[in-house]
Amino acid sequence: MVALATSSAGGKRPAPRARLLEDERWLAFALLVPTAILLGLFIAYPFVKGVILSLTSARVGVEGEFVGLKNFVKIWNDGIFHVTVWNTFWYTGVTTVFKLALGLWLALLLNRHFRGKAFIRAFILLPFIIPTVLSTFAWKWMFDPTFSVINWTLYQLGFITQRINWLGDPDLAMTSIIIINVWRGVPFFAISLLAGLQTISPELNEAAAIDGARPWQRFWHVTWPLLLPVTMVVVLFSVIQTFADFQLVYVMTGGGPANATHLFATYAYQLGIGTGLLAEGAAISLAMFPFLFLIVVVQLLYIRRVEVR
Amino acid sequence: MTTKRRTFLRVSGAATVAASTGMASILASGRAPVYAQAKTVHWLKWVDFVPATDQMFRRELMPEAEKALGIKMNLETVNGNDLQPRITAGIQSGAGADLIMSFNSFTHLYANSVVDLSDIAEEVGKREGGHYAYAKAICSDGKAYMGMPWAVIGGMIAYRKSWFAEVGVTKFPETWEEYREAGKKLKAKGRPLGQTLGHTFGDAPGFTYPYLWSWGGKEVEADGKTVVINSKATVDSVKFMQGFWKDAHDEGGLAWDDTNNNRAFLSQTISATLNGASIYIESLRRADQYKTEKGEHLNKDILHAPLPKGPAGQFGFHLLQSNMLMKYSKNQDAAKAFLKWLHTEANYEKFFLSQKGFATPTTAKWEAHKLWNEDPVMTPYKVAARLGQAIGHSGPPNAKAQEVLSKYIITDMYAKAVQGMAAEEAVKWAEAELKKVYV
Repeated sequence: MVALATSSAGGKRPAPRARLLEDERWLAFALLVPTAILLGLFIAYPFVKGVILSLTSARVGVEGEFVGLKNFVKIWNDGIFHVTVWNTFWYTGVTTVFKLALGLWLALLLNRHFRGKAFIRAFILLPFIIPTVLSTFAWKWMFDPTFSVINWTLYQLGFITQRINWLGDPDLAMTSIIIINVWRGVPFFAISLLAGLQTISPELNEAAAIDGARPWQRFWHVTWPLLLPVTMVVVLFSVIQTFADFQLVYVMTGGGPANATHLFATYAYQLGIGTGLLAEGAAISLAMFPFLFLIVVVQLLYIRRVEVR
Repeated sequence: MTTKRRTFLRVSGAATVAASTGMASILASGRAPVYAQAKTVHWLKWVDFVPATDQMFRRELMPEAEKALGIKMNLETVNGNDLQPRITAGIQSGAGADLIMSFNSFTHLYANSVVDLSDIAEEVGKREGGHYAYAKAICSDGKAYMGMPWAVIGGMIAYRKSWFAEVGVTKFPETWEEYREAGKKLKAKGRPLGQTLGHTFGDAPGFTYPYLWSWGGKEVEADGKTVVINSKATVDSVKFMQGFWKDAHDEGGLAWDDTNNNRAFLSQTISATLNGASIYIESLRRADQYKTEKGEHLNKDILHAPLPKGPAGQFGFHLLQSNMLMKYSKNQDAAKAFLKWLHTEANYEKFFLSQKGFATPTTAKWEAHKLWNEDPVMTPYKVAARLGQAIGHSGPPNAKAQEVLSKYIITDMYAKAVQGMAAEEAVKWAEAELKKVYV
């Protein structure tokens, strides 16, 4: 003790800054600063700017003045916006159900042992890896009103006698973009759920099997409850991304025909950039926020409950 | 001695001052001043549908401009649909290209952020027999020129001469009724008319606006406030369209963008479509690739005609391009000098010739150019700019009219109707939407 005190008093004192960093609170702060700056610059600032913008009458090149909630009142009474809200919910809801069901199914299959497992697993990720705009262009060709390879195949097989107007009919156009989104999103679900599945000890399933549980019972009472927290997080991510989807619809239909496929993001873009009404575009983008916030809160609460249990 | 950043800034700042006062004398001297080499004019334009033009710009005109004006040119080309995001980003951040190509009423939309080009526009107009009313309405608000009129990409119906002849039509239909009759016979033979009613910037409004006007319908009165879309004329036009669509059109058109009809025509699934001259030009460019069912060159079987007449007359709505000089630009004088140079007759003619009629100049003088006699198929485009009418008719083609356009309200009115909505309902829907814009 004495020796220690002497050595620290007699030796060269460390610079104050270094000592500051030895304090865990300061170190933690210093380590968090870069992240905080990044989040502040690229998330908080645009968000706050968006909120301020939505409360003004700003247009491109015109600052505008404070108008309160006028923009929100305007979009509230906007027929195209109503269609957009409905479209977004329908699009997000349907795709999420399909992505979850197919992704889970795929994950269960991939969790088995078979030859070329690693290769297949990597291969499955392809739709997710290819840039969306690129793959969407390929789909655009497949759904092309005149040259659709899908129509050609169905025609050759004798299932149809007339062309199916994939992107020209409002319902089919929505169905088409849902199909593409599911195709793109399933790998994300499959791989994430597969990772979740692999954390589940096989012994649990074996024990259940020895106790006489059938495969379905084993899934429902053993695998599913253990997988639930991962599933919720994956669904959460997917819902947020799908809700705010832009590229897919922009490339496929531009929101048409007659606004049948407009989502929040595409309509906000059309107004904000296409018409220069920055404030209204911002208001539409922000209208997403309460919905998403609610979804996030509900799901996070649920996840916590599951974890506590 | 090494040049420090600060010294450099001071010197180049002085150069800017010199340039802004002495450009006229420099131009008069005809020799490039040495210091101005540092100045770069950034011109952002669309990727031309005639590739030869962009090549010519890069290889010929830009180097010539650099030599003549002592500036550096940075020519950037982007897809037409990407111009608006670039303009928006430029204005909002206060940095970007000096000159940007505008489509139609962008000029009115960004009026606060551009430099008045009246001096150049008026000089060119005086020299070349005046700008067409269409170009003036779009580029000028009566006080200033927000853009320097560049060219009109005319929209005409490209049609198959032999297929129309096979159903007994040897002269292109003059009225909508005649066109519908011809289309009915053609569709019965599996050769429908092709027209987009989708969300796409060129061919959709290029058809629906003139169609509406030709029936006597219009969105707003000249005051730019009173919405008058819900008229008998409009309802009639929608009703006619419903039958016309079923009888004569390829129903896939509801989802087409600006390229689908080109492909459909070139692969011979449709007999006629409203388009720029790009279909014909492509069929010339790769003559051996595009053959008719009889094995002849497709380009020999293509003719052009304006949209037919309606009860209220004959109209066209074409893509009018102009170049805007951005207020945030730090090279305004150099950019202006470049524009002026570009619009001298000798230089503009190089552009005009490379387009082979795809682009129609916006001043009257060029109608007499010998290019229009070289290929009779292209001759109808000669008057495209003269026949054009701006959006928002009878109101001004301002930001509100642009909002109606970019929300596709007029196009969607017809799209809804051909999808089964009652004509009166579709018009009512459009009226309600228009009233929200014109407040």
